[in-house]
Amino acid sequence: MALISLRNITKVYGQGDAQVIALDNIHMTISDGEFVAVMGPSGSGKSTCMNILGCLDTPTSGSYRFQDMEVTTLDQNQRALLRRNFLGFVFQGYNLLKRTTARENLELPLVYRGVPAKERHERADHVLELVGLEDRGHHTSAELSGGQQQRVAIARAIITSPLLLLADEPTGNLDSQRSLEIMNLLARLNEEQGITIVMVTHEADMAEFAKRVITFRDGHIAQDTAEAEAVAP
Amino acid sequence: MIWNTMQLALREIRFNLMRSILTALGIIIGVAAVIVIVTLGGGATARVTSDISSLGRNLIIVVPGKRGPSGREQGTPFELQDANAILEEVDGVAGVAPTATKSITVIYGNESWSTSIHGTNNGYMGVREWALAAGRAFTRGEERSGRAVCVIGETIRRELFGFQNPIGATIRADNIPCEVIGLLEPKGTATFGTDQDDLVVTPLRTFQRRISGNRDISMIFVSAAAAEMTTKVQNDIQTLLRQRRGIRDNEQEDFEVENLQEITKVVESTTGVLTALLSAVAMVSLIVGGIGIMNIMLVSVTERTREIGIRLAIGALERDVLLQFLVEAMMLSLAGGIAGILFGLFVSFWLSEALNLPFILNVPIVLIAVVFSAFVGIVFGFFPARRAARLNPIDALRYE
Ligand SMILES: Nc1ncnc2c1ncn2[C@@H]1O[C@H](COP(=O)(O)OP(=O)(O)OP(=O)(O)O)[C@@H](O)[C@H]1O
Ligand SMILES: [Mg+2]
Repeated sequence: MALISLRNITKVYGQGDAQVIALDNIHMTISDGEFVAVMGPSGSGKSTCMNILGCLDTPTSGSYRFQDMEVTTLDQNQRALLRRNFLGFVFQGYNLLKRTTARENLELPLVYRGVPAKERHERADHVLELVGLEDRGHHTSAELSGGQQQRVAIARAIITSPLLLLADEPTGNLDSQRSLEIMNLLARLNEEQGITIVMVTHEADMAEFAKRVITFRDGHIAQDTAEAEAVAP
Repeated sequence: MIWNTMQLALREIRFNLMRSILTALGIIIGVAAVIVIVTLGGGATARVTSDISSLGRNLIIVVPGKRGPSGREQGTPFELQDANAILEEVDGVAGVAPTATKSITVIYGNESWSTSIHGTNNGYMGVREWALAAGRAFTRGEERSGRAVCVIGETIRRELFGFQNPIGATIRADNIPCEVIGLLEPKGTATFGTDQDDLVVTPLRTFQRRISGNRDISMIFVSAAAAEMTTKVQNDIQTLLRQRRGIRDNEQEDFEVENLQEITKVVESTTGVLTALLSAVAMVSLIVGGIGIMNIMLVSVTERTREIGIRLAIGALERDVLLQFLVEAMMLSLAGGIAGILFGLFVSFWLSEALNLPFILNVPIVLIAVVFSAFVGIVFGFFPARRAARLNPIDALRYE
């Protein structure tokens, strides 16, 4: 079953002379359990597409169906519920809460989901271990390195075991050793828990972990390995 | 959830301590101002009322002349017979003290003091509810014969005698030697400024013979037997004196009968109006404080738009964000309100002491002030937060 289906999605920023067409009539279908890498040059519309998939932004036109539910006609609150119930998001710029410890950042999504304190602590311990930050739980964001913040951001996205994990360059700030560890972690989540993953990356090494690669160029999808396979038998 | 929200709010308040204090300061000052003004206003009213009643209970004062547009017009003075007629012919009169007054200088040893001397009878002490601290009142014989004896007020004792015992001493009142036989209890300075203890009392006869040289009575103090009777006694005196002074029905009388109960009412309503006016001013300061809260809340919410975006992105609903800001604003307002009450009570207690006013707490006003400030804090925290919570999360996240 198609988990995600984008039809004729267009996103235009600005007006008049300053108008930028970030996404130009995009079609995309992603099934349950896929691990997709999104590649493409800077400014090609990858983050824009991720934000729309993550219900953080609305397209200018087109249709976005999530689990056969039309997202573009949902109101704010329904989209917020969708984010709460199904989605995990790793931002390109981490977006951790300032002056808040790593652990508190991790537990916040669980607070909003009404998870009791004891279970929150256990799950926080667990994901901190997964991203290798057991000993940094009580440090605030400002006390963490860029790579460590990135790992907290990843941990925060997976702590809720979402149906769909959207990650915008999750390894952008990590050394190759750490990057490999994180990619292994994502691959494992995809395999073992069946979490669907859409991940933006610039590095071909990282894209190797995915089963499918979609390449953006100037707001278009230039290449999609799934379609290529379908065309070339 | 609510517990988590409260913890979150407390943390935000702690992180932005300076901003939080400034926000609360608006409320603290507004609430404190209202409390101080209303408390002092209430105290002043109570003080003036008790001062007036300290002049004497159920007291009615009869004076010649009429208050006109250009001050008091002179009227024909009364005679002793007028006072006697009031005592005999008006029902419900407990006591009458015909009084004549003159400004004099009293001398004892090397000390001298400008004061006023009152010629009256023993009834004066009863009518004005004035007990003797030492010595005795006039005897019937002294009143009848007009002996040179006098009872002095506390101020005279202080100024002329210091630590000496005044009883039995002879002072000179405008060069007339006069034996001090009694000392009045101190009544203190009234709110309207006159020192009630600054007087010398002598028998009327003595006064008329030796000091004024005429038989004029410039004031008649009358006390009614009961509070309910004052208005009736007042009216009866009016009628009686009109007759005695031969004033025709269509003519204005040339004297005035003042009922202290009525004066008390007038004063009460006047200070009431004044307190209401000052309260309005205080309310304005509360509103100004509210605008301060509004400003800071707006800034604080705008500053935290990114944070709101993050919360929305990781699973918060609009109402979670709203609840957080609401709880935060409520905690701030409440803390500010409580601090304002304590501060206001402290200042008004201290000022009441300093101004020698009774401390009277007006609970409804205190509650109104607190509810109002909390309302302001919550309303002005709520609307900017709602605006932010309704943003597209990505717009909130991009907000610089
Ligand atoms: N808020 C915005 N307002 C105006 N233009 C925008 C905005 N966000 C993105 N754009 C434009 O849309 C285009 C696509 O941007 P997007 O962020 O999706 O690129 P990207 O593929 O994620 O690039 P990168 O690899 O550098 O992250 C760019 O030309 C960018 O300038
Ligand atoms: Mg991007």
